[in-house]
Amino acid sequence: MANSVNIELTVALSAERGVIRQFARRKLALFGLFLVVFTVFSAVFAPYLTGFDPNDQMFDGLTLHGAPMPPGGQFMLGTDLLGRDLLTRILYGARTSLIIGVAANGLALLIGTIVGVTAGYFRGWVGSMLMRLTDLMMAFPALLLAICLAAIFQPSLWIVALVIAIVYWVQTARVLYAETASLAEREFIAAERTLGAGHMRILLKHILPHLMPTIIVWGTLGISTTVLLEATLSFLGVGVQPPTPSWGNIIFENQTYFQAAPWLVFFPGLAILTLALAFNLVGDALREILDPTQRGRD
Amino acid sequence: MIGYFLRRLVQSLLILLGVSIITFVLLYWLPADPVRQIAGRSATAQTVENIRQQLGLDQPLWVQYWRYLTGLVQGDLGRSYLQKTEVSTLIASRLPASLLLMAGAIFAELLLGLSMGIVAALRRSTTMDQSLMIVSFIGVSAPQFVVGLLLLYVFAVQLGWFPIGGYGTFSHLVLPSITLGILGSGWYSRMMRSSMIEVLRQDYVRTARAKGLTRLRVIFRHALPNAILPIIAMIGIDIGIFMGGIVVVESVFGWPGIGQLAWQAIQRVDIPIIMGVTLVSAIAIVIGNLLADLISLMVDPRIRTEL
Repeated sequence: MANSVNIELTVALSAERGVIRQFARRKLALFGLFLVVFTVFSAVFAPYLTGFDPNDQMFDGLTLHGAPMPPGGQFMLGTDLLGRDLLTRILYGARTSLIIGVAANGLALLIGTIVGVTAGYFRGWVGSMLMRLTDLMMAFPALLLAICLAAIFQPSLWIVALVIAIVYWVQTARVLYAETASLAEREFIAAERTLGAGHMRILLKHILPHLMPTIIVWGTLGISTTVLLEATLSFLGVGVQPPTPSWGNIIFENQTYFQAAPWLVFFPGLAILTLALAFNLVGDALREILDPTQRGRD
Repeated sequence: MIGYFLRRLVQSLLILLGVSIITFVLLYWLPADPVRQIAGRSATAQTVENIRQQLGLDQPLWVQYWRYLTGLVQGDLGRSYLQKTEVSTLIASRLPASLLLMAGAIFAELLLGLSMGIVAALRRSTTMDQSLMIVSFIGVSAPQFVVGLLLLYVFAVQLGWFPIGGYGTFSHLVLPSITLGILGSGWYSRMMRSSMIEVLRQDYVRTARAKGLTRLRVIFRHALPNAILPIIAMIGIDIGIFMGGIVVVESVFGWPGIGQLAWQAIQRVDIPIIMGVTLVSAIAIVIGNLLADLISLMVDPRIRTEL
């Protein structure tokens, strides 16, 4: 018994090392990882990276005519319509994006895994009820549903995360459903059952470990989608509410002025693009490394 | 085969019924009171009550839903609270603009995506291939509203090549179409690349080459048509993504489609319009999925035998 645990552990460890080694060989993946670390660093150390307060409407933050200051000089990326330092707001906005991206995506992943695995493992009427529910969710225009939901609840950071999770769990559920259904028919699961293992044991010890690669890949790629969804909701004004800075609502607040002050759209937009791109690059590399069907393609 | 499609059709109708129930219940829970919006700030309690009764909003939820559903099967989507117009008329007047925009987006994403994918596949493992794939990653990671605003700034404000917004001529269509299509072009280029690589590996391509056909002829006459097939079916799936995207793109470009109609209705709590647009979008998505299946069936005879 102890021996077999040991072997399993060694196998798991060497597999992990293999993943890290393969990951380290991909320049694009490393670049993506660097961007993620960079954004997390900016978000965590925001107060130390800037001398301004994100909500300070500075008197010298506007020109004599009351227009926002262009990039350069005292304010590196310029100021917004209310004379607040744009760089500072973008740095603090990284917190919003990361919190929502990770929380919404984590919740969506949790719901998706529970629904997908339950439906795929138990089948029967529970399974088909759950899968009909995902069919139903697929027929909703996700963004429209999210906007409606966000308008129903008073939007706050956590409500926005919840709304995004509610519209975004379906994809994960469908993928995991298919994988669980095919796993559940394999001999080793039938063998476990014959040996008298309960459902919980089979699910947690045998099914879930096999689904981990898929969950990791979808979890990483999903953050990119949830970050974009949050930005879009905030841009429409139904996401994170000002004065809490979010990359989407910075553009929302300043878009009427964007022809005269394009940096107010460009820099926050670049930030959104960078973070979404980072998670896409990392997730795509993980998919190629972890998904055996992708192996040997390139 | 016909049995399969009948089953899918019934399933689709049930899905639409489900969508209508969920949307109705959600909107019923809306904290903003639509009657207050209609009556205005200065209305007396009596007027508010009268309007509520008139619209049947004092009835229990299931009575309201039943009334809505019986209207729906007769093609009646109700009346807008604020504009006093039939919702079906409003949607019918806005739908052509949205369909035009989507057609433009499909054209843009196919043009950009397929050409990028083909070039990347033919120049596989070169710097060209790698840069094109980075571009495709940027395409799928770019928020539509930012792309839209930047395109507007560069090509409309600075260069003056296109109008800043609005609807009517071909030049109005260009920027919104690209904005809506850029996400899909990212996906298509990646799919097209792997599909093309797969096809180029096939024996019949080698045979065609060995027969003495030129490289270009083999690529365009033999490889390309086969590589495109699996991608065509994806266009059906795109409709669902577009239905969300048009809310953003139409509001950035002032495009008078159902996306803007929905967005304005959400802001004014005009529930019948929100219901109507959600249902129309759901119908479009369901049709899109059915089409995708149908095209896959026509294109790939292997699936047909499995049914």
